[in-house]
Amino acid sequence: MARITLKNLKHAYMPNPVNDEDWALKELNLDWDDGGAYALLGPSGCGKTTLLNLISGLLTPSHGSILFDDHDVTRLPPEQRKIAQVFQFPVVYDTMTVYDNLAFPLRNRGVDETTVNKRVLEVAEMNDLTATLGNRASGLTADGKQKISLGRGLVRTDVNAILFDEPLTVIDPHLKFQLRSKLKELHTRVPNTMIYVTHDQTEAITFADKVVVMNVGEVVQVGTPKELFEEPHHTFVGHFIGSPGMNVLACEVKNGHAYIAGKKIATANKAVAKAGKSEIGVRPEFVKFARQGLEARVVKVSDAGRFSVVETDSAGGRVRLLVEEGGAIPSETARLEFDPAATRIYSNGWLAGREGRP
Amino acid sequence: MNKTVNQKAWFFVAPVLILVAFNAIVPLMTVVNYSVQETFGDNVFFWAGLRWFEEILRSPRFHDALGRQLFFTGTILAIEIPLGVIIALAMPRKGPWVSVCLVLMAMPLLIPWNVVGAMWNIFGLPEIGLLGKTLNTIGFDYNYTRQPGDAWFTLILMDVWHWTSLVVLLAYAGLVSIPDAYYQAARIDGASSWAIFRYIQLPKMKRVLTIAVLLRFMDSFNIYTEPSVLTGGGPGNSTTLLSLDLVKIALGQFDLGPAAAMSLIYFLVILLFSWIFYTVMTRGEEQ
Ligand SMILES: Nc1ncnc2c1ncn2[C@@H]1O[C@H](COP(=O)(O)OP(=O)(O)O)[C@@H](O)[C@H]1O
Ligand SMILES: [Mg+2]
Repeated sequence: MARITLKNLKHAYMPNPVNDEDWALKELNLDWDDGGAYALLGPSGCGKTTLLNLISGLLTPSHGSILFDDHDVTRLPPEQRKIAQVFQFPVVYDTMTVYDNLAFPLRNRGVDETTVNKRVLEVAEMNDLTATLGNRASGLTADGKQKISLGRGLVRTDVNAILFDEPLTVIDPHLKFQLRSKLKELHTRVPNTMIYVTHDQTEAITFADKVVVMNVGEVVQVGTPKELFEEPHHTFVGHFIGSPGMNVLACEVKNGHAYIAGKKIATANKAVAKAGKSEIGVRPEFVKFARQGLEARVVKVSDAGRFSVVETDSAGGRVRLLVEEGGAIPSETARLEFDPAATRIYSNGWLAGREGRP
Repeated sequence: MNKTVNQKAWFFVAPVLILVAFNAIVPLMTVVNYSVQETFGDNVFFWAGLRWFEEILRSPRFHDALGRQLFFTGTILAIEIPLGVIIALAMPRKGPWVSVCLVLMAMPLLIPWNVVGAMWNIFGLPEIGLLGKTLNTIGFDYNYTRQPGDAWFTLILMDVWHWTSLVVLLAYAGLVSIPDAYYQAARIDGASSWAIFRYIQLPKMKRVLTIAVLLRFMDSFNIYTEPSVLTGGGPGNSTTLLSLDLVKIALGQFDLGPAAAMSLIYFLVILLFSWIFYTVMTRGEEQ
């Protein structure tokens, strides 16, 4: 058990990175508290697997260091790091039984057979594998194989952290929910650090206490699901989390205030004088139809259960808003009002007025 | 899973069946025909029943040839399969050296068989051959045309040189098909290199190795050209393998009946061994 610290960590797969895009992982400083349940959320190709492999030691970073507590492990191989990792696609040892598969990580570390037996039975019970313990692993379905992979990740008791790399991708939705709940429950019982990689926001939010959001090789925000929803630090976070995502509207900035088509929009933060692109971000939940406000035209209404999602066109671009069932929806032109406390100015994608990146 | 029944499929296999019938079944039947008859020339045949089979199966000459054949095949399999796997494991998986290695490995396989025999024939000559001369210079009394032991040594060395690459290429194909995730998982699980070989690489190579063993078994059981060029079965009869003996009987003595009976026995032996081996290797896969 240890606190994991990433210091100026950077990684490139090519030998001589020059451009910004050459880095699969851009400079990163991050602390993972001991015993935390983290989700690492981001679109495909943003560097989530790379980051996990750096932490587990499967990759050695091109730059920077990794500390477990105060111990520098940057150059240590995985077997000396006490990290368990579950991969996206199932890996099973075909010739072994399910039991031997689960026992493998323990036996390799010279754990005595009584302990092995106890742990294997516990983990099998948790993953619904008890009935198949004696079977050859090769005969199982993809679901079953992934449960074995998951089991091998959970069977060790000496680990500093367990890393899950989109472990439920190949598992069917019903079982997915069940296994995720079990992981969550396990975390409350045995508070190991867990880092759960996913590109699915629901999965991230239901599993984690803290979500680390990544985009194109960098971490854009770390926070609780609530923080990410209420105060996105980057338009990407606003857009990626929440459905529908945050509205991002082009605007002009004068004296720190935002204007769309010459009309001032009240915002929670002030813009700082900075060259580049200025935008306004507001979630659909905080937009409503009103007597006055930004002029817009309704283009599409779609039913989403208790709410309707209304799409409108305005001078700043597309604005989505939620209207409760039975609420009035203007047929053509309308005016939109933004809740000032939830409306923010972003410059070059980042929340204006906030110093530095996370 | 349910299989769909579709009789039209026969239409598509028919051409192959006809082809196989003409180039395998018909000639085989002629051999069967010869094997139960006796001829004294002039195309006059008499019914001989199973006499030739009994004679062959009882003859010490056949037993010796079969023994030599089994020894040869067993020895080259015992050398080529492990050696091929070891070389495949040592080959790089990525980078510019991969193609270099593959080309080097493919080279012996591309040389015509009689050329291989001729090459080793000269290579081993005690007075002028590089191998023969070197061995004699450093103090070995090596002469493959006179000493049976040396003849065997050369024969096996030649086969290993010629065919280990086949095993290497097959094993290598099996190795590169293993996804990286397996090696990563093994490192996380703390597996030793031996455990990685035993539980990941070997199981993933099993299918290709089965094929390698079958191919090498059948090929070495049929081997004719190379030993015929290298030693011609000598000195004496010491390296007369089954095929060499068969040709001696059939063409040297023109005993068509016994030769045909021997061919069939020979064929059945190969079939039997292959079948046993294949069944054992694939047993327990479909459970
Ligand atoms: N082994 C590799 N060699 C070269 N580039 C890689 C390798 N693995 C990943 N990359 C690149 O690094 C970037 C991040 O990939 P990855 O960490 O796998 O993303 P994610 O797991 O978020 O989908 C991608 O652009 C990908 O193409
Ligand atoms: Mg990934």
